[in-house]
Amino acid sequence: MISEQAKQRMRELAARYPVARSAVMPALYIAQAEEGYVSRAALEAVAEVLNMTVDDVESVATFYTMYYQRPPGKKVIKVCNSISCYLRGCDALIEQLERRLRIKRGETSPDGRYTLLTTECLASCGTAPVLQVNDEFVENLTPELVDRLVDQWEAEFQAEGQSQGRSPAGAGGC
Amino acid sequence: MPELIITKHIDVPGIDRLSVYRQYGGYEALEKALREYQPEEIVELVKKSGLRGRGGAGFPTGMKWGFLAKNEPRYLCCNCDESEPGTFKDRMLMEKNPHQLVEGVIITSYACRVSTAFIYVRGELAYAARQVQRAVDEAYAAGYIGKNILGSGYSLDVIVHRGAGAYICGEESALMESLEGRRGYPRLKPPFPAAVGLYGGPTVINNCETLSTVPAIVRNGADWYASFGTEKSKGTRIFCLSGHVKKPGNYELPLGTPLRTLIYDEQYGGGILGDKKLKAVIPGGSSTFILGADKVDTPLDFESVAAAGSMLGSGGVIVMHEDTCIVDAVLRMTEFYRDESCGKCTPCREGTYWLVQLLERIEHGHGKMSDIDLLLDICDNISGKSFCPLGDAATSSITSSIKLFREEYEYHVREGCCMVGPKARKPAAAAL
Repeated sequence: MISEQAKQRMRELAARYPVARSAVMPALYIAQAEEGYVSRAALEAVAEVLNMTVDDVESVATFYTMYYQRPPGKKVIKVCNSISCYLRGCDALIEQLERRLRIKRGETSPDGRYTLLTTECLASCGTAPVLQVNDEFVENLTPELVDRLVDQWEAEFQAEGQSQGRSPAGAGGC
Repeated sequence: MPELIITKHIDVPGIDRLSVYRQYGGYEALEKALREYQPEEIVELVKKSGLRGRGGAGFPTGMKWGFLAKNEPRYLCCNCDESEPGTFKDRMLMEKNPHQLVEGVIITSYACRVSTAFIYVRGELAYAARQVQRAVDEAYAAGYIGKNILGSGYSLDVIVHRGAGAYICGEESALMESLEGRRGYPRLKPPFPAAVGLYGGPTVINNCETLSTVPAIVRNGADWYASFGTEKSKGTRIFCLSGHVKKPGNYELPLGTPLRTLIYDEQYGGGILGDKKLKAVIPGGSSTFILGADKVDTPLDFESVAAAGSMLGSGGVIVMHEDTCIVDAVLRMTEFYRDESCGKCTPCREGTYWLVQLLERIEHGHGKMSDIDLLLDICDNISGKSFCPLGDAATSSITSSIKLFREEYEYHVREGCCMVGPKARKPAAAAL
């Protein structure tokens, strides 16, 4: 369920724009931050607040790749595979991540820890190859750095230090 | 090192905070604009400076502002949806010096008599969006945005809007659709945004780097800015150097600087990775035509790059050395356009799909000789026949690479493997 607090933030956003409907994208981020993905409840809440139909909200949500249609892993790893990262050897790093995380690109691990995605140019070509973990950049990747990153993530999960409620989409609000 | 304008203070610690930005002359240009100039005078000033759009098309900025229809309300959209492969300057400007951008947005809004401005930040750039939002919040608190700015009687609202993953939203009309809360499908033009734009009002839409340049022009004057660059391409711009160079990165240089300087000078690219031979350069992001190594002395200004057979585009200079398989590289770029085609029009939606199918077939050694001309035929059916420039952009690397490196395509078909690079069949002694 989407909290009343979240709906209130959506209402405030809607009032900021000349037309309430313009708040549909930030509102979807807010809903996703609560549910982890754009659930049915998320669509319904946004529709209710912005006075749109659920289908209308869904048509927007399904156009943009950053609204998840199903629950992603706790760590969403997006690796750029566009031209500049390609020239700097991203393909081998993606294969390395597939091996270490034991999932293929596009998949979420059965334990729900990781989602591995390839993504279009992340505007980091000067520091290629590059990936994002839950929207935060890790640049100038090397095989050694990728290994260290995976070790670090594994250690974090081991330590169960993961604070609850971390949003896979980062800080939603604008 | 030539004088820097947009990146002059980029590495000053804390320049992203208002207090430090002000120590370096921040918001003085805004004060000057509000105190000394009528809005129309700023439009004239920017016209005179020769500033041209840094997003890709290179349209004269002041002229764009001058086209704005007179009815109100008017809107400003700052396009920070940086997603062109090979381009990473706007992200840097937003993350490191967001106040410079915000000041540019406010001055431009004043010049265009806009009462609501939007900064559309690409969804993937979460940190950049937070930086810009914080700068906007600080500017509100300091009275640079809001009601009656600095007692001038001018009022402005600025809204930071995050995208959510769609390259097409960098296209101006798709960006406006997205801002209105819809799928990012491009709109039919005309009417152009200057007449009917956001919410149906006259709308000016400029790139992040373009607006980040405005404060310096107001502070130092049009003649000063026009003293940099060439006769027709004035000022400096940020070149995003990536690929096979020793020192990739953002380098601000006067327009007209030779490509060779950018790639080889020790202050900039420092030469080709592993001291290999240069094979090809994409001068303005992956949407622009590939240039061969023989064009390395081309001055990087709008006219010279066009004369060399490409476009200055977004300033994303992608360098490829001799070990690059051109078919594989072009395949990678074409996959991007297939994935990012919005699906609205048939030539682009279907065409980009078939381009990838054919390129994959050739790259993996299953192609036919006729596939090469079939690629060109499909490109011809996309370019100029799509709803928006994304379709045209998808064909640039294909048509230019076949023109320059046709023998490499033919080699793939004939030999069933790459001619160069890691997947080339080595032992066949000098099969070339």
